[in-house]
Amino acid sequence: MPSARRGGGWRRRWAPARPQRAPASEDLRAPAVTEPAISPDGPLLRVSDLTKDFPVTSRSPLRRPTGTVQAVSGVSFHINRGETLGLVGESGSGKSTIARCVLRLIEPTSGSVNFAGTELTELNRKQMRRQRRFMQIVFQDPMASLDPRMTVAAIIAEPLQIHRLVTNAQDQVAELLELVGLHPQHGNRYPHEFSGGQRQRIGIARALALKPEMLILDEPVSALDVSIQAGVLNLLEDLQDRLGLTYLFVAHDLSVVRHISDRVAVMYLGRIAETGTGEQVYTEPAHPYTQALLSAVPIPDPKQERQRHRILLHGDIGNAADPPSGCRFRTRCWKAEAICAEQQPPLVDPGIGHPVACHFPETARVE
Amino acid sequence: MSAGEPVPDKPMPGGATGQPDSTAILSVRDLRVDFETDDGVVQAVRGVSWDVYEGEVLAIAGESGSGKSVSVLAAMGLLPPDARVSGSISHRGRELLGMPEKKLERLRGSAMSMVFQDPMTSLNPVMSVGDQIAEGVRVHQKLKRHQARERAAELLDLVGIADAARRVDAYPHEFSGGMRQRAMIAMAIANDPDVLIADEPTTALDVTIQAQILDVLERARQAVDSALILITHDLGVVARTAHRLFVMYAGRTAETGMIDDVFEHPVHPYTAGLLAAIPRLDTPRGRRLIPIEGSPPSMLAPPPGCAFQPRCGRASDLCTKYPPPPLTLVSPPAHLSACHHPLDPQQSTSPLQNPNGEDSDA
Repeated sequence: MPSARRGGGWRRRWAPARPQRAPASEDLRAPAVTEPAISPDGPLLRVSDLTKDFPVTSRSPLRRPTGTVQAVSGVSFHINRGETLGLVGESGSGKSTIARCVLRLIEPTSGSVNFAGTELTELNRKQMRRQRRFMQIVFQDPMASLDPRMTVAAIIAEPLQIHRLVTNAQDQVAELLELVGLHPQHGNRYPHEFSGGQRQRIGIARALALKPEMLILDEPVSALDVSIQAGVLNLLEDLQDRLGLTYLFVAHDLSVVRHISDRVAVMYLGRIAETGTGEQVYTEPAHPYTQALLSAVPIPDPKQERQRHRILLHGDIGNAADPPSGCRFRTRCWKAEAICAEQQPPLVDPGIGHPVACHFPETARVE
Repeated sequence: MSAGEPVPDKPMPGGATGQPDSTAILSVRDLRVDFETDDGVVQAVRGVSWDVYEGEVLAIAGESGSGKSVSVLAAMGLLPPDARVSGSISHRGRELLGMPEKKLERLRGSAMSMVFQDPMTSLNPVMSVGDQIAEGVRVHQKLKRHQARERAAELLDLVGIADAARRVDAYPHEFSGGMRQRAMIAMAIANDPDVLIADEPTTALDVTIQAQILDVLERARQAVDSALILITHDLGVVARTAHRLFVMYAGRTAETGMIDDVFEHPVHPYTAGLLAAIPRLDTPRGRRLIPIEGSPPSMLAPPPGCAFQPRCGRASDLCTKYPPPPLTLVSPPAHLSACHHPLDPQQSTSPLQNPNGEDSDA
């Protein structure tokens, strides 16, 4: 691990890049749409009413469009500076699509993505590419996201070259390697010479090369063994403390999300079911889905496991191509009534301190 | 639901050394598995012994490459021909290693059967689910085609597939991941096996579906009154389902015991380390995780002595020179560990119970 002194130096040298980014022309910082600003200088990222439709094509060789799958249906959230928002959900919940829409790696169908005052959905390709310098992504599978024929140094220096930020590539790479807990001398090695955990550190070093303000972490530890996972999670926490980073942490593992997140949003079939601080969502969940989800996660403690009350959901997560009307969870919900099929429950605070999208919210302790 | 209290009236000679235990359903002694590869010999399993007893749920836990899957694939006789297997694997006293394939085939399914991680690749995509189950039934039981089909529908109903009588004609792609795994379980219990082996049965599934499948697995196990060997990397799943646990590291057993003993008083530094490294649902933000430094060894050239020694805080010269001692009793009935410097079970309360874990960088 690099020392604190070195960390300070890293920040001093790299911090001045920030003011350049603020768009001088217009003031887009006026509090946007649905949510109230929480931190004094406004959230770093504000996503409003985001939707993403994917076309469904026929199985014939002509691949005619036959309909759409709405992977994300009107999702709004914000992330304050220096904060971690955990986006958690099962497969098909739309969490990874959101991560990609925020960076416009996938084009959102509608809605707004506002990053530090800049409306990203209005930028052209060139402007967007420049913008990505401040928001970088780390993918799940480091083996698939690192070019096997490039040395680690070349991989880490590549973003610097693209953005013309190379001053002294060798030093910059060495510093980044050290920052993520790898040997600075190992830059001339290839990805296959590293273990899974080390490869993920390389992915993080590459993401940090441009001194971003925000990291989008898409299942960053899911492919790692538990003994390795802990080291990468600790690294992410340390980096956040030292560099003041903001994280959007996307994962399906509820325990990992609880561990790392300040605030959490639970997704179900393209919508947010419940959101709040980690404490609120995990100890006082009010959405039946959150309760079922939490009760389904086994805890590595046999005595506690035997005492737990488990809510077994029947069926699978529904089909996003043909989602249930009204509340999308109603087909698996034990509380569902007529209104649930008729009206989509809004994501509002029912008087418990955090927003829940349910017609019959009721806090319950799951543990 | 959880498997509940451990079976109380069983002798648990978990030591599992020396002669095969004839009271066990499946008894493995000094199992070694090597694979010849272009890079050299991979020593996947390096001397493992265990027994499975009537009605118990035995978990074999470990990280990738620990040899947990290979050891049960060897028991099923499902390893590729280039695997060199030595030691002994016996089913109710009958040696399975070296048994002719024809005879082994007869045992597979009826004596022991297997549920794999990925049901999509283990089901035949061009055959209806019902036909696949019926096929397995007719290999072992003299049933007419329509009887076998009825039996398949019964089994699908047992594993909780709604409208089973109609669904027997469905193809695997018409099933969701959870339903496919249910179908696999139906197939596995079709011939009343003595022991059911589930290799990471829920790893590919979402957590709400995992809860369903663990439930179905336990229900299926009780329906045919078999033992279950559960192979998993998830200690939460172990705590929820198993009676007894083997922790494997680099092809050897590090620690074994009834789950309460191992989780509450882990004595092998690896087990204790694993428990301290997992983030838990019930511990809030701010508790520092304690990673295990380094990474698992290459099984092409495992380190001499104890394979965990390069990552172990308690390692001494002894550990670099000599392999770990054989499994020795920590506490009755079945808590054993193989370590030169085990933790004191009286003091080694699980690190999880300490809400303010130490900082690994300290």
